[in-house]
Amino acid sequence: MTILVTASRMLVGLFIDDGALAVAIFLVVLLSWIFSTLMPEMPLAAGAVLLIGCLGVLLANVMNAARR
Amino acid sequence: MVGVPTTASYAPNALPMSIWTTAAPAVTTAFLSSLVEAVEALTIVLAIASVRGWRPAAIGALTGLALLALIVLALGPLLSCFPLHAVQLAIGILLLLFGMRWLRKAILRAAGVIPLHDEAIAFAAETEQLRDQARRQHEARLDWLAGLASFKAVALEGLEVVFIVIAVGAGRGLLGAASLGALAACLVVVAVGFVIHRPLERVPENTLKFAVGVMLSAFGVFWTGEGLGVPWPGEDFAILAFAALFLLVALGIVALARRSRVEALPT
Repeated sequence: MTILVTASRMLVGLFIDDGALAVAIFLVVLLSWIFSTLMPEMPLAAGAVLLIGCLGVLLANVMNAARR
Repeated sequence: MVGVPTTASYAPNALPMSIWTTAAPAVTTAFLSSLVEAVEALTIVLAIASVRGWRPAAIGALTGLALLALIVLALGPLLSCFPLHAVQLAIGILLLLFGMRWLRKAILRAAGVIPLHDEAIAFAAETEQLRDQARRQHEARLDWLAGLASFKAVALEGLEVVFIVIAVGAGRGLLGAASLGALAACLVVVAVGFVIHRPLERVPENTLKFAVGVMLSAFGVFWTGEGLGVPWPGEDFAILAFAALFLLVALGIVALARRSRVEALPT
């Protein structure tokens, strides 16, 4: 049991280091999915949201960590 | 994208020219990430070899490598059983999480917010831990523990490489090429480590992590977009454009974070 818990923690740790960054990425993907669903005639809008959103999340997260 | 199959598999022998725009970044990303992780694993294996000899260190490391190869062989082909868009979306999101985590850490290190990883310190810490273990444990168990430590180091560091190889390789029939890229980096590190017999301190680890983080984030945006049905302009060439954009923005963030840190310091 302990091995399983350790292994799953390790696996999650591979992808999630800073919880706020992970949540923000999920939100950007969700927003992008909403755009692609609501505006299927403009699929590039969803792509733009995804790309700009990820860059924005990175900027905000790093600047926040640098100020701490 | 025009003419893509509905499942996550491609005929590897019939790679169209545009696939090479994905192949080159995929193989390079696998090579560089493997280089970084192999350097870290080598430090621990060398520490174990210097305390307990080469036999347990080599057996543990080879067992770890065999496990990693098994994971690639098992998981890679499994992905072809799922619909392509679902695989692209899932792998894209995981790549974003993984790549931006690496890039964030590399930016923070480049800006001086967190310290750089030092192989000499890691080697000293590992050696001390093993010596301490040797004082407390029974002699007969020491080789077993040393082998286990070597196995753990290779398996843990290699797991990240396995994910990268599968993520950048499996969706386009590039699993073999990406695996070869990763294996080549391993061999380079092992050969250099074997010759110089000490940790590779001069490898610009953070620069490599920075580059891999940029590439993985670019792949992540591309695959997630493809999974959501975004027809990226320029198709596969978009990956290179995204990588250039991530690089520019990341370098800008390093400069901003440095300035913000200097301003925050007490005068």
